[in-house]
Formats: sequence, C-alpha cells, structure tokens
Amino acid sequence: MRKFKEFFIEKLIFICGLASIFFVVLIFLFLSKEGLTVFKYVSPANFILGKSWYPISEPAQLGILPLICGSLIVTLGAAIISIPIGIACAIYIAEIAPAKIKEVLKAGIELLAAIPSVVLGFIGMVTLVPWVKTIFHLPTGLTALSGSIILAFMAMPTIVSIAEDSLYSVPKSYKEGAFALGATHWQTIYRVLLPAASSGIVAAVMLGIGRVIGETMAVMMITGNAAVIPQSILVPVRTLTATIAAEMGEAVVGSEHYFALFAIGIVLFVISFIINVTADLFLHKRH
Amino acid sequence: MFKKAIFVLILFLSTVLAFAAKNDNSIQIKGSDTMVNLAQAWAEKYMEENPGDFVAVTGGGSGTGLSSLISGSCDIAMSSRNIKDKEIVLAQQKGITPFEIKVALDGLAVVTSPANPVSKLTLDQLAGIFTGKISNWKEVGGKDEKIVVLSREVNSGTHVYFKEHVLRNNNANGKEEFVPSALMLSSSQAIADEVAANSAAIGYYGMGYISSKQKAIAVAKDDKSEYVNPSLENVLSDKYPISRPLFLYTHNQPQGLIKKFVDYVLSKEGQEIVIKTDFVPIKK
Repeated sequence: MRKFKEFFIEKLIFICGLASIFFVVLIFLFLSKEGLTVFKYVSPANFILGKSWYPISEPAQLGILPLICGSLIVTLGAAIISIPIGIACAIYIAEIAPAKIKEVLKAGIELLAAIPSVVLGFIGMVTLVPWVKTIFHLPTGLTALSGSIILAFMAMPTIVSIAEDSLYSVPKSYKEGAFALGATHWQTIYRVLLPAASSGIVAAVMLGIGRVIGETMAVMMITGNAAVIPQSILVPVRTLTATIAAEMGEAVVGSEHYFALFAIGIVLFVISFIINVTADLFLHKRH
Repeated sequence: MFKKAIFVLILFLSTVLAFAAKNDNSIQIKGSDTMVNLAQAWAEKYMEENPGDFVAVTGGGSGTGLSSLISGSCDIAMSSRNIKDKEIVLAQQKGITPFEIKVALDGLAVVTSPANPVSKLTLDQLAGIFTGKISNWKEVGGKDEKIVVLSREVNSGTHVYFKEHVLRNNNANGKEEFVPSALMLSSSQAIADEVAANSAAIGYYGMGYISSKQKAIAVAKDDKSEYVNPSLENVLSDKYPISRPLFLYTHNQPQGLIKKFVDYVLSKEGQEIVIKTDFVPIKK
C-alpha cells in the first residue's frame, strides 16, 4: 500500500512537471495552425515588411512592420530607462545599503512588481501623458515615450531582483582579494563584482525586456495606437500586443484578419522565445 | 473526507442546475458599446414589468456582438452597423439566418475642445481631416496647429460607419482610410477625455457622450448647405448629415421571450427610453 502510494505520488509529480512543457507545445501548435493560414492571403515578406495595417478594409492590408517597429521602439526606450536604474539599484541593495534599508528596498521592489499593469496604465494616462505633452510641446502626450516610461517601471523589479541575486552570489573571496590589493569600494564593484556577475546581469536585463515586450494593457492605454512607422520616440505608436488585444473582439472567426492576429501572436512568441533562450544561456554560463 | 467531497459535489451540481433552469427565461444581449446604456435601460424597465424574466446586457463592440450571435453565445446582438455579407455567410454555415430589427437612430457628433475656434465644417473638410489631406487647423479657419485625429478602434461600429459614410462619402468602392497617424482609442469616453484636454484634437462619437467639456461641430453636406448641429430634432428631421440606424439582430424571426422583449423595445414606452438615453426614436 505504502509503495503504491509512493509510486502514485511520484508519477503524479512527474506528470505535473511535464504539463507545462506539454502546454507550451500545444499553444505553439494551435498558434501555428491558426496563424500560418494567413499566408494563403499574404506572402510572409509582405506580412512582415508591409507598411500598412488596415485589417478590415476590402481588400485587407496586412503589413505589420509599423507594429513591429512600434513594439521595438517602446521596448528600446524602456530598456534605456530601466537598465541603468535597475542595475544601479541592484548594486546599492547588494553592496552598499545597510541591512535595514536593504529590507525596505527589497520589499518596495516586490510591491512594484505586484501592481497590476492596468493600474500603472491608468496612472500613466492621467499623470504622465499630460506631462509629456507639455514638456515636449507635442500635439498629444499619447506617445512611445510615455509607454516606455511606464514599462520601465514594470521591467525594474525583474532586473533589480535577478541582478541583485547574481551580485550577491559572487564569492566573498573575490571581494576580499580586491580589498587586500588596496582597491576602493567603488573600484571593487566596478572592476571585480560587475564582471564576475555579468552573465547574471545580462540574464536579468533580458528577462526584463521579455516582460516589456509582452506587456499589453498599459501600452494600449498610453501609446495612442496609431499604426505608423515611428520617426522618433515622441510620436504615437501601435504595438503588436495592443493590436491583438484591441482587435480580437471584432475579428470575424475564420477571416484573414483573424488569422493575421494569430500570426502576430507567432511573431510575439518567437521574439520572447529568443529573448528567454538568450537569458537562459547567460544564466547557465555562470555555473 | 468523502462526505465533504460529496457535499461539495452536490453544491456544485445544484448551482449548475439552477443556472440551467434559469436560462429558460433569460435573454443574453451583447454587442455595440454605443448601445450598451440604451439596452441596459430597456432591460431594467422590462424586468421591472416582467418579474421572473432576466435580461443580461454586455458590450464589447458591434463585431463582438455579431460574432457571439453567430457562435450562439448570445440571443440578441446589438449593432451600430449593418451586418456584413461575410458575417451572414458565416451565420448560414451554422444554420442561422440573422434577422435585423431597426430600433433607434443615433447622430454621430464630431467634437473638438471648446478652446478651438473652429465650430463648423463641411463633410468634405471632415473627410480631408480624417484621411490626413488636411493636417493643420489653419486650413479650415483655425489656429496654426497640427490636427490630432482621434478615432475608435476597428472593433467599433462607430469606426466602420464613420469610415464608410464620411471618409468614403457613401461610396461603396471608396479606398479612403483613416490617416495612419490617427490615434486609436478604445472607448468613446477615452475620446471625450482626450478632446477635453487637447485643444488640437478632433474626434467623433455618438451624441449621447457630448458634455460641456467638448464642443460639437456643426456639419454641412457641402459648402452651399446650411451648417447643422447634432441634436434630437435635427437627426429626426434628417437635416443632420451624419446619423445612423441602430439595430438588434436575432436568430431567425424572434420568438417567445425574445419577441416579447423586441416588442417592448419597439413599443411607445421602449421608444421613450430611447429619447431619455439621448438617442433618437425611429417613430415620432
């Protein structure tokens, strides 16, 4: 009886372990099945490089280049803002802050991660958007920049906690060795700790970016959703994720629009897959 | 342990059964965001007068409503545009013939900020602004300022109607599109808020959303016609050029409970509710 129980529980856990991989495979198969159908209507090159997105016109124009550029520029902006602040914050928490402040900061970062994105989007809409409009004298504050700033807030917790983790796990002897050679605290951090933890920090950055590119609700609320190829960060953009969220409700099931939205899903899946694999490679390099 | 599980199971089954039983006298209505408030008002009054019947109303956009009608997840679809041929074909594949009922009229207001000196435009000028041919307010008699075009998302019946009737001027073969730089906002309220805050913005939505924070533009068919404000009388007398019918769609001819509700909507009482919610009744 006991043996049977043991066996049963073992197998159950084994199945649970496999379940997540199974689901990913299922999702990918479903996405491919629905999404690849769009290439009956439009060639892959025209789909990826087409400059007009008018999905409900006759004939529909399904070019997602403006959407890809929109996603990239928002992500790039968020990365430029969040990476330096995030890494600096991680260094402070791991190396400089006294124990008490450290606890408070860590709790604060975790809280930041817990704020639902729709709330951040709403706050951005009523505070950040008018500021961006007046500061840069723009016709509208619903721009890629507003999206980048809000998304930077969302990427920060990921970057800080993983980077802090990797800084913390650098062997103590490295630091002691540097001090023994007469290095100052800053020289130690800059020349010894950062290089030693670099793979973990790159992984942190990649995972932060992964979070940003998949974010939907907040960007949909504050980037203006205009499907143009952005010339600067101060214009409205439409991202891949916001397009799916905004249009899925309308798309007639089985129409080319519907398949095109699934194809956008594939593009997103591939992008975040690449980012996650890169992050994973760097994480494993450390060990 | 087992007793507990059985108890939970029974509880679960009884709720499911209760819902299933309730379904017999409940109606699911889904669709146009423009019509949600109107349908909600109908539903409330109807349920007051017919206790025991249950009407649930949800929004999501005309396209959403029609696709749920086709997939069978609602009984009545609200739509602020005619059903598309594609959708009729899809419905017929599932053995459904959508039945159209015109229930009210809606004037589409074009709005700007009260701070904007422009207060009247022709349909041609509107088409120019929304397709991007006119990009500065000074071209239509305003300040030297870039025009910020606001539009609803493509899942909105209002978006489709505005494109077909203003941008393409009722030409079914027209190729005009919204200027790509138009900001796509997800609700009428979002457009109202942005217009109130931005003196260079122009947007459109159903008359019901106009408040003192926005200014409705008087619209003329061409530069020889008179400029008309969007108001109940002007829509009813067909003077205002951008007004549209609002529809309910049902599976085949409405029957039983659904017919009872549709009859109520078309009754004198139902049409009074139309006026109260700032729409225009189909009959005087």
